[in-house]
Amino acid sequence: MNEKHLLLKKLYQQFTAEIVRPIAAMVDEEEVFPSETVKEMVNAKMMGIPFPVSYGGSGADTLAYVLAVEELSKACATTGVILSAHTSLGAHPIYAYGTEEQKQKYLISLNKGEKLGAFALTEPNAGTDAAGQKTTAILKDGYYEITGSKIFITNAGYADIYIIFAMTDITKGTKGITAFILEKDMPGFTVGKKEKKLGIRGSSTCELMFDRVKVPVENRLGGEGKGFGIAMSTLDGGRIGIAAQALGIAQGALDEVVAYTKSRKQFNRSISQFQNTQFKLADMATQIEAARGLVYRAALAKDTQKNFSTEAAMAKLFASETAMSVTTMAVQLYGGYGYTREYPVERMMRDAKITEIYEGTSEVQRMVISASVLR
Amino acid sequence: MKIVVLMKQVPNTTEMLIDKETGTLIRTGVDSIMNPDDTSALEAALKIKESHQAEVIVITMGPPQAIHMLRECYGRGVDHAVLISDVAFAGADTWATSNTLAAAIKRVQPDLIFAGRQAIDGDTAQVGPQVAERLNIPQVTYVSKIIEVTHDSITVKKHYEDFDETVKVSFPCLLTTLEQLDHLRFMNVTSAWEAFDKPVEIINNQVLMLESKDIGLKGSPTQVRKTFTRPVSNEVKLIHGGSDEAVKAILSTLAPYLQ
Amino acid sequence: MIKDIFVFIETRSSIIAEVSLQLLSEARKLKQQYIQKGMQHDVVAVLPGYQVESLTSTLFRFGADKVIICQHEKLKEASTQHTTKALSDIIHAFAPDSFLIGATVIGRDIAPRIAARVDTGLTADATIIEVDMTSDSSLLLITRPAFGGNLYGTIVCPNFRPQMATIRPNVFEKIEMDSEDKEVVHFETTFDKSDWVEILKREVQQAKANDIAKARIIVSAGRSMAKHMDLIKDFAQTINAEVGASRGLVETGVLGKDVQVGQTGKTVRPLVYIACGISGAVQHTAGMDKAECIIAINSDPNAAIFQIAHVGIVGDAVLILPKLKEELQKILN
Repeated sequence: MNEKHLLLKKLYQQFTAEIVRPIAAMVDEEEVFPSETVKEMVNAKMMGIPFPVSYGGSGADTLAYVLAVEELSKACATTGVILSAHTSLGAHPIYAYGTEEQKQKYLISLNKGEKLGAFALTEPNAGTDAAGQKTTAILKDGYYEITGSKIFITNAGYADIYIIFAMTDITKGTKGITAFILEKDMPGFTVGKKEKKLGIRGSSTCELMFDRVKVPVENRLGGEGKGFGIAMSTLDGGRIGIAAQALGIAQGALDEVVAYTKSRKQFNRSISQFQNTQFKLADMATQIEAARGLVYRAALAKDTQKNFSTEAAMAKLFASETAMSVTTMAVQLYGGYGYTREYPVERMMRDAKITEIYEGTSEVQRMVISASVLR
Repeated sequence: MKIVVLMKQVPNTTEMLIDKETGTLIRTGVDSIMNPDDTSALEAALKIKESHQAEVIVITMGPPQAIHMLRECYGRGVDHAVLISDVAFAGADTWATSNTLAAAIKRVQPDLIFAGRQAIDGDTAQVGPQVAERLNIPQVTYVSKIIEVTHDSITVKKHYEDFDETVKVSFPCLLTTLEQLDHLRFMNVTSAWEAFDKPVEIINNQVLMLESKDIGLKGSPTQVRKTFTRPVSNEVKLIHGGSDEAVKAILSTLAPYLQ
Repeated sequence: MIKDIFVFIETRSSIIAEVSLQLLSEARKLKQQYIQKGMQHDVVAVLPGYQVESLTSTLFRFGADKVIICQHEKLKEASTQHTTKALSDIIHAFAPDSFLIGATVIGRDIAPRIAARVDTGLTADATIIEVDMTSDSSLLLITRPAFGGNLYGTIVCPNFRPQMATIRPNVFEKIEMDSEDKEVVHFETTFDKSDWVEILKREVQQAKANDIAKARIIVSAGRSMAKHMDLIKDFAQTINAEVGASRGLVETGVLGKDVQVGQTGKTVRPLVYIACGISGAVQHTAGMDKAECIIAINSDPNAAIFQIAHVGIVGDAVLILPKLKEELQKILN
C-alpha cells in the first residue's frame, strides 16, 4: 500500500462509519437494498474505482478498489457485494472486452454511477457446470432473440445494465456461449422475486427471465462463442472482490469482539484477560492478516499479470474460510449475547457463509488451484 | 472568485483522557482531525466553488504533519493548499497567529475568507476576527447558514444566543462558521487518488518576512502561566437521607457545569 | 497612568445583559484584591449605545465607580464595526489596566478585533479571574478551560495593557448594593459613515433536537422512568441538557434509538451525566463511563451504577427531580 491507498482507506473508513454502519443492522433485519448508500457512493466516486478517468472512472488500481470492498464489508457485507458485483462483474467485462462504442455507451455511465451493473451466468441447472446453459440467443435480422432464465443474480432489479450469457450454438458446449449487454427496459426482460437468504439479506438476489428479448447485435460482448472465456476471466476478478468482502467481514467481526471482550466482565475481570480469549483473538488476527496478504497480492497480480486465476482463487478460498471461522469464533466469544441480533456478530456469521459459495464455491477454488499445482 | 478557507488540524479532544496520577492530558494515541467548525467552512467554500466557479485555497498554520489534512482537502476537490510552517511561528497566541495568517492571505488577495468559529483545542474563537482586523475587512461570526452568494457579496444567517440575524456583506470579507452550517462532504476517490500529484505550498518566514516581535511565542502578548486538570474523584458519595439532602448534593455538584 | 478595570456593558433593546452586571460585581472583588496589595483600581462601566443614559444608575448599583457612556445612532444595535471603533477609541483615550467583556456572541465577536486593533493580549471564555498576589504588578491571573474542558490554563498578559478577557456568562454572581449615582463621563468619537453589513432580518430561533453525543449535560433515564418522561424532559430543559436513555427504556418505545446510550447505542462523554433509575449494566456504562461527572439516582442502594458514579443518591428520581428543578430555577434566574 502506498500513501494514495492510505488516503483512500481513510475515505472508505469515514464513509463506512457515517453512512454504512448506522444502517447495517436495519438493512439485514428488514432485508432492504441500501439505495441511499449507493447514491452516496456515487457522490464519493466509488463506482468506477479501477477504471480510467477517460471512461468516467477514478483512474486508481485494483488494490484501491479492493480496499473499498473490504472497508464497506467490515460494517455491512451487503454493501460490499453491491460494489463488488457492480465493479468486477458489471463494468469490468465491458472495459476488458467491449468495443469503443460499448464503452462509451455503457462503461462511462456505470463508472459514474449513473447506472448500476450486474452479471448473470448461473441457471437452475447450470451452476458450477456452466456448460449446461439453457438460455439461447438466436440471430435474426440484426438482433439476437434471447430466451431463458438466470437465477441468484446479485443487484437484480436495481441494476440497469446486465452482462448475461446465452448459447448461440447449443451443440458446442462452453464454446457455444456468448456474452451480451442487456438493459433493464428491454421488452421481454423481467426480474423475478427476491430470494430470502441466510445472509447479505439487503443484497437483491433474483431470478431473471428472458422471453424473446430482442438484443441488437452491437450489444454482443466479444465474439460469438467467446462468452465462456469472458465469464471465467471476469469471475477471476470478481473473486478478488469477494475475497475482499470476506476479509472485511472477518476484520469487522474481530474489531467487534476485541471491543466486547475488553468491556464484558465475568468473575470480576474483563474476559479479554482470560487466556482462552487471548489465544482465540491471536488466532483470528493471524488468519485475517494471512488472508489480507493473499487478497492484496491477488489485487496486485490482476494489475501486473496476464493470468491471475490462481492468486484470485487462493485469496477467495482462504479469505472466505477465514471469514467463516473468525465470525463463528466471534459469536462464541460473545456467548449468549453473540447469538442475539442485538449485536452484529451473528449477522456477520450469516453473511460470511455466502463468500464460500458464490462466484465459485470453495470447491471450485480448490479445483482452480490444484489445476495450477498439477500443471 | 477566490475563496480562502482557514483550517486547523487539532487533536480529537473528545477522545482525550486525563492521567489521574499526574493530572495531565494523555495525548498519545489521540487522533488528529480537522477542526469541526472548519469542516463546515470548507464545505461552504466547496459549494460556492460549484455554483460560482470559485477557486478554493486552503491555508493552515501548524507543524509539518498538518500536510495530511491538506491532502484530505485535495481529496475533496480543493484547488490549492498552503501550509504555513516554521519553528519561528510556534507557540503563537491568537494575536501572533493572526498576524502570520493575515500575511499569508495578503499574498492571495481573496474575495471571501471562511474560518471555523473556534478550534476545539484552544476554544478561543479569536483568530477569525483578528485576521479580519489585520486585513481591515468586515467580518460576520457565528454563521449558521448561507442564503445567497453574488459576484460581490454574500448573505448569511448569523446565530445569536436566542435569535438569528440575516445579514448581507460585500466582498472582501471574513466569515466564521458554526459546525452546523453544513456537513463536510466525503473525499471522492478520483480527487483522493490525485491528491498526491498536487503540490502543497509550504510557506516559512523566509517567505513572509515577519519580525520576530510579531510572531510565535515571543510575539505573543499572552502567556500560559500554568495548566491543570480538574480533579477527578472516583469516590462515590452515597446520599441516603431524604430528598432535601439529595437535592442539595446534586445542586452543589451540578452548579459549576451550568451555563 | 494606566489603571482601573473596565467592563463592557452589553445591551440589547436598552436591556443590560446579565453577564455585564455579573462582571461589574466580579470586578468589584478584584478591586478589593488590589486594595489588599495597596493599589487603587476603580471599576469603570463602558456603555456604548444610543439613548442609554437611563441605564447608568443600574450600573452603579451593581458595582461601577464610574460610567463612560458613548452614544451614537450607529451604536443603537451592537455592531462589530462601530462598537469595535468606540471601545478601541475609549481604550486609547483612557488607557485602562484591564478590560473585561462578556463571552456572548457579541462579546466574542468584538473582543478579538479590539485586542488586535489596540495590540494587546486577550484571553477567551475565562471562568476564573484573580489578581496575582505574588507580584507587585497589577497582573491578572485569568483561568479558562481548553481542550473541550479537559484542561484548564491560567493565562497572563504581562507586557501589554489593557489585559483583556472575555468571561463566560453565569460563572459569577451579580451582587446588588446600595449605591448612589457617581461620575458619568460622556465620550465622543467619530464613526464610519457606511456600514459593513446590512441587516435584512431578525427572527427568534426555534428549538430543535440535538445530538446527545455532543451534549455537555445528559439527563438519562432507565426503563422504570417510562411513565415519567415529561418529568425527565422538563428537568433536562431546565438545565439545558439533552435526554438520554438506557436500552430498556428505548425498548418501551417512549424514546428513539438515537438517544440510546451504551454498547449498542451511542457512546457519550458529557461533562455531567445524570442517570435516573438506571441500574448500570455494563452494556449501558460502556457508553457513558467517561463522563466527567456522573450523578446517579436509584432507589436500589446496590445498583451497579453507584460503582462508577461520583455522586450517588439512593432515592426515587420521580420525587427528587421536581424539587431539584425548583431549586435550580431559583439559581438560574
